[in-house]
Amino acid sequence: MTDYIKQSIDIAAPVERVYRALTDHVEFGSWFGANMEAPFECGKFARGSVRFNGAEHIMAFRVVAMDRPDFFSFTWHPFAVKPEIDYSDEIPTLVEFRLKATAAGTHLTVTESGFDAVPEARRAEAFRMNNGSWEAQNRNLKTHVEG
Amino acid sequence: MPAAAADHATVFAALGDRTRLHLLMTLSDGATRSIASLSADSRLTRQAVTKHLKVLEGAGLVASVRVGRESRFAYRPEPMNDARSWIDEVSAQWAGALQRLKAFVEEDVS
Repeated sequence: MTDYIKQSIDIAAPVERVYRALTDHVEFGSWFGANMEAPFECGKFARGSVRFNGAEHIMAFRVVAMDRPDFFSFTWHPFAVKPEIDYSDEIPTLVEFRLKATAAGTHLTVTESGFDAVPEARRAEAFRMNNGSWEAQNRNLKTHVEG
Repeated sequence: MPAAAADHATVFAALGDRTRLHLLMTLSDGATRSIASLSADSRLTRQAVTKHLKVLEGAGLVASVRVGRESRFAYRPEPMNDARSWIDEVSAQWAGALQRLKAFVEEDVS
């Protein structure tokens, strides 16, 4: 069992263009599918409304870092949009976007970590017990996002 | 996203300890075991085994069954499978989000 998500995608656009799509609140909202209220600021909560199953929900994350031009991170409760659930007691996960210039444009990697808030070595041990099926799933997703 | 994210956090937290992982690995063959047997296997005191079993039970990863005057413990895989499905679902959400980001940026560039 792993509590760590890592996905990459190649985008045919320069790093600074992708960085803007991630950190400009209006652009972020366009692709993420949320109406973000205000420009992102380090250490501050960013809030927005999301349409989910035909209803409006509030989504929020706390911006941790905006290191132009190649790093953006925030903490949140992953895709937490169910109104009947109180997420405030949960430990938030950390989402990190890393951008790397390539010949074709930008290689973007997103990681989400902290689902169990334990050191990596212990996660690895827990994962071995579960015979590697998550790693196979990761490879499927890689094929999927690159396909 | 699935309902019980908080429950999954309990499962992940329960798994985040070597001793508990060791106990779970011992129990994962499907056989039920007593505290005495688990403590003999692991060289832990009975009190330590009891404490860790309580955490695992709280996360639904083990269930206790009474056999005569003795409590025996059995591994339950469901919470682990549920937690993994949840991670898979969050991961699938990211796959979708990244595809939309790519489409959004590339449309703008071309």
